[in-house]
Amino acid sequence: MVARFMSLKEAVASCIKDGDTVSMEGFTHLIPHAAGHEVIRQGIRDLTLIRMTPDMIYDQLIGAGCARKLVFSWGGNPGVGSLHRLRDAVQEGWPHKLEIEEHSHAAMANAYDAGAAGLPCAVFKGYRGAELPRVNKNIKFIECPFTGESLAAVPAIRPDVAVVHAQKANKKGDVLFEGIVGVQKEAVLAAKKSIITVEEIVDNFDDVPYNAVMLPNWAVTAIVEVPGGAHPSYAQGYYKRDNAFYKAWDKIANDRDSFTAWIDEHVMKGGPEDFAAKREANKG
Amino acid sequence: MVDYTPTEMMTVSASRALKNDDVCFVGIGMPSAACNLARLTHAPELTLIYESGTIGTKPDVLPLSIGDGELCETAVNTVPVPEMFRYWLQGGKISVGFLGAAQLDKYGNINTTVIGDYDDPKVRLPGGGGAPEIATSCGEVFLVMKQSKRGFVEKIDFVTSLGHGKGGDDRASYGVDTKGPSRLITDLCIMEPHPVGKHFIVTSIHPGVKREDIIENTGWAVEFADELAETPVPDAHELQVLRDLHARTAKAHEGQQ
Repeated sequence: MVARFMSLKEAVASCIKDGDTVSMEGFTHLIPHAAGHEVIRQGIRDLTLIRMTPDMIYDQLIGAGCARKLVFSWGGNPGVGSLHRLRDAVQEGWPHKLEIEEHSHAAMANAYDAGAAGLPCAVFKGYRGAELPRVNKNIKFIECPFTGESLAAVPAIRPDVAVVHAQKANKKGDVLFEGIVGVQKEAVLAAKKSIITVEEIVDNFDDVPYNAVMLPNWAVTAIVEVPGGAHPSYAQGYYKRDNAFYKAWDKIANDRDSFTAWIDEHVMKGGPEDFAAKREANKG
Repeated sequence: MVDYTPTEMMTVSASRALKNDDVCFVGIGMPSAACNLARLTHAPELTLIYESGTIGTKPDVLPLSIGDGELCETAVNTVPVPEMFRYWLQGGKISVGFLGAAQLDKYGNINTTVIGDYDDPKVRLPGGGGAPEIATSCGEVFLVMKQSKRGFVEKIDFVTSLGHGKGGDDRASYGVDTKGPSRLITDLCIMEPHPVGKHFIVTSIHPGVKREDIIENTGWAVEFADELAETPVPDAHELQVLRDLHARTAKAHEGQQ
């Protein structure tokens, strides 16, 4: 089935339901903030959220009560500090208890790769002498049938839905990623459905090099044009990271009341169209 | 004599540990300044790799995070994250991993996961990120960390990343054939693993630092090498380059503060 162009509201409503496993990826670049806000606005609950580097948008989803479980390998506000909503959920169970499944980056990167490759698990040289296997039952060790070498194994990541942000789609719905591309391609290919927000929709990709990171339209479910949709993270070629907001978030999220007030004001009363102004303000 | 701060002393000493032909996986935070200082002074061909996939990056300013556009724009190439961890790190292409820590023990085992019990933590830290496999797949590991009793402990609360395990040959018993932590650079001294026991011993003390300062800021019984060196002070050029780098970084991020 070929990708359909939709509104963000329609894309989230038609692809994500309560209880789903959702990967909103972006390795500190191209983070799908606008789509995350739409999930909060629609009040979707009991999600298993997967992400290598959960940061602000996952802090918001967790604090807003959308998540039941978090699968991750590094959780923080990059360059600023910790995620207060994540900590509050893990340590105090607010707004409710959050189950966590913790991995290393190598494990998750391999697990996405295995998911995209249609394998049941990922096998790699990892976790040697590390303590995570003691607390995470999804980390096991298997023996190489040829050499006898002990190798780490983790289940493949096969999300119900992958949500990512990219620079461009063309009018046919093919999608182009540039810069630090993280695990976005793997997440989309590993998932049953995918929502991709893009900075702009262009006529064609005539000026793009042959080996650019691209997803053809038949590998994507929904495409939504959301200029500035990765704000406050950045989109290479479009805008810079809004570092002032990353710092401000540390204070906003540090208190349950100020967090809730922020979500009410900027998410519940907001919409994807608010992001375009942020793109202009952070052009660099 | 040029004036410098203990942090500058630490950063300069850490940068000197890197060689021109090293391929270095750069950890978040403290290592980033040291690695870029090395590249801008004695090791211009040093290859810096960040886990976001940037290979051979030459940032003009220090990144706000590992995913900064600057890292990609100045890199030889930027690869997807699975490729970074599978081919380049696991494939054994990286000579040095440069890491920091929240907690460290005398065998160079690292905790960046939790303070307290894992299931009921006092403080939940960000987690391992790339470190567990950086610590085992790079040829050797350099550690850089400010010294304190809270950070340098007898027993870490959680082994996020393997150092020398329980000492001696323990590291190899996990099927790890790389050298592991070979140098620990702090704001007070440089430590290196004992050739047999693999516990850190102080091999070089920074000028003006007393043995008692090191003992008071370390949670394990400190051992000093028989022949103790005095760490050479930062030279004027190193300090100038480091301060310029910090000034450029502050200016570049000024509008974004």
